[in-house]
Amino acid sequence: MKTSSPSRLFVPVASSRPGEVPDFSQLHIPEAKASPAKPEGVITAEETYDLALGLVRVLDDGGCAAGDWLPDLSVERLIEGLRHMMHVRAYDERMFRMQRQGQLSFYVKCTGEEAVAVAQAMALNPGDMLFPSYRQQGLLFVRGRSVVDMMCHCISNARDNLKGRQMPVFYSWKEGNFFSISGNLATQYSQAAGWAMASAYKGEEHIASAWVGDGSTAEADVHYAMLFAATYKAPVLLNVVNNQWAISTPQSFASTGTTFAARGIGYHIPSVRVDGNDFLAVYAVTEWAAERARQGHGPTFIEHFTYRAEGHSTSDNPAGYRAEDEARLWPLGDPIARLKQHLITLGAWDLDRHAALEAELADSVTRDWKEAIGYGSLESGPHWPVESMFEDVFKEMPPHLLKQRKQLESGS
Amino acid sequence: MTAMSMVQAIQSALDCTMEADPSVLVMGEDVGFFGGVFRCTEGLYEKYGAHRALDTPIAEGGIVAAAVGMGVNGLRPVVEMQFADYIYPAIDQIISELARLRHRSGGEFWAPVVIRAPCDGGIRGGQTHSQSPEGIFTHVCGLKTVMPSNPYDAKGLLISAIEDDDPVVFFEPKRIYNGPFYGHNEPSSGPNSWTKHPMGEVPNGHYTVPLGKANVLRRGGAVTVLAYGTMVHVADAAIENSGIDAELIDLRTLLPLDTEAIVESVRKTGRCVVVHEATRTSGFGAELVSEIQEECFWYLRAPIERVTGWDTPYPHAYEWEYFPGQARISAAMQRAIECD
Repeated sequence: MKTSSPSRLFVPVASSRPGEVPDFSQLHIPEAKASPAKPEGVITAEETYDLALGLVRVLDDGGCAAGDWLPDLSVERLIEGLRHMMHVRAYDERMFRMQRQGQLSFYVKCTGEEAVAVAQAMALNPGDMLFPSYRQQGLLFVRGRSVVDMMCHCISNARDNLKGRQMPVFYSWKEGNFFSISGNLATQYSQAAGWAMASAYKGEEHIASAWVGDGSTAEADVHYAMLFAATYKAPVLLNVVNNQWAISTPQSFASTGTTFAARGIGYHIPSVRVDGNDFLAVYAVTEWAAERARQGHGPTFIEHFTYRAEGHSTSDNPAGYRAEDEARLWPLGDPIARLKQHLITLGAWDLDRHAALEAELADSVTRDWKEAIGYGSLESGPHWPVESMFEDVFKEMPPHLLKQRKQLESGS
Repeated sequence: MTAMSMVQAIQSALDCTMEADPSVLVMGEDVGFFGGVFRCTEGLYEKYGAHRALDTPIAEGGIVAAAVGMGVNGLRPVVEMQFADYIYPAIDQIISELARLRHRSGGEFWAPVVIRAPCDGGIRGGQTHSQSPEGIFTHVCGLKTVMPSNPYDAKGLLISAIEDDDPVVFFEPKRIYNGPFYGHNEPSSGPNSWTKHPMGEVPNGHYTVPLGKANVLRRGGAVTVLAYGTMVHVADAAIENSGIDAELIDLRTLLPLDTEAIVESVRKTGRCVVVHEATRTSGFGAELVSEIQEECFWYLRAPIERVTGWDTPYPHAYEWEYFPGQARISAAMQRAIECD
């Protein structure tokens, strides 16, 4: 009897499609105390097998912190982290509404992923270089970027540090060591490896940290980044934010059925999968990886397991490709709610303080918005002088651009 | 002054800049221990160490990406694409990142990267060791594109490129690495080694040839011939052997283009022949023709001629039917002169 059948094209399926019941039953979410052990000393990639296939968690479902990944963070620092995450969310809410009112052309929220950027930024040094994708606005909040300036960029007014050249959310902030965001996916990932190589070349202790989403791991630049980081033992943290969705495409189209973290081991990079909605776990893993990098032990590959709770962008409607209640059913919950619960459990926080902080931050971003729009709006300006379009193409303007600038000025 | 081949001149440029500036390093496939498949980085590994003559994995996109990151972090990487034909995997990093970084970040970030790429045919290199992709790069805003035609210029232009704060794509015609070339099976009008060529005399130390400046190699009144790279020598021989009183301009830098030098010449001669090895359609020649048409329209006495590679992939067996040799250049000059 014939026991084999002809090869058939396998196409991965989504966790849900519209009208279906979301199915996260395949996800194995271990309890915090069952997290893989935190490695001591120098470790090889092969020794991180459990870390790459498991899930590092610190906060359990009841808000209690446990296990050897528990970071040494004061209550004040935890509240600071909570505040940053809530600030990011308040900012996202305000900017999303302003886009819907036609005040900005485009916006991208990071709802549900706030811990990934905030906790990591808090665990790094200010001199470390950040190579973000477009969904890590939390990094800017931790580094102290003026919210008014972020807004001015998003509406391309006369105070936009990018001079009206970039779409909203493609922030750049040299002073804060926050690299210019590009629309081309994953390009920053391999550049971060190069930045880190240069840091090591110069004998400096600054490290780099880079982010891609689950979908963008499919880009060649991710392969380049991992290969170069591993080959030259570059001091870089390579983060994959697995939020389960790349616009309408499920993560299974890039993960090939295993964890993203597992991929790091093949490049001989110690790799960890972390609960991305667990502020404490992201902080602890970052601290551990950054220490390794600073001590010359090379890169770490980190998969942040999380969920994109909202649409991909203001140009996207997720109801077109996934069940409406998927975010609510996501088993790792919400990063703000979980840290809030932890602080309440510690007796350091309560519902009144939380509500007061929420109101304060909503007021704060409203004030910031009013100030930002006072410097000019997208539609009516004032903007940067139009001739500034010809600047910064090169360091000095060559004759052909001088000529074109004159043509624009004379309307010819 | 020392007699140098183009390979030696390029090596000398790298050596000079690496000696003067610890932020300069070379990186690419086989450039370190081995000294490069064309020997352009020979001796740098021994002199500056493995971390400054850096061998890389075979990943052009990764090489350029790493260089961008290094450039942002204060280094001046000179990366080598082993052949210009293999630059395409790096195109996204070059076009979307390297070229745009300064502009998109409002001047906050930039990367002074030089990309060296041996280009052009005439060596039986077939489809993937003969291409001239300069037109792809001149079309990208934010990049400077350079192609030297001799050892003196190669060293001076390369030092300028490395010291420039803008990204530069530096094409090296490999056919003339070791001596000038006048076109296959055609009478030579000069030496076949750089040691006997005036432009093979190269200063040992630091000097520069400015980017954006063409070089008028031969003065004449009948027709202007624009060329760069290997074709400078083929055109020079064609002019010599045809006896036509042509003015020959070696463009050296394609972008920014020395429009002034071109316009001055064409307004004088009223005729122009544009020569390049790259394929014709949408090649850099089309930009030159258009620029001349706009700037010299009332001075033109004949249609502008283009002598280029055919619009086909570079063939192996039919190399000399593809390569724009002296005969085609002479015929084009003749047509231009006879038209009135």
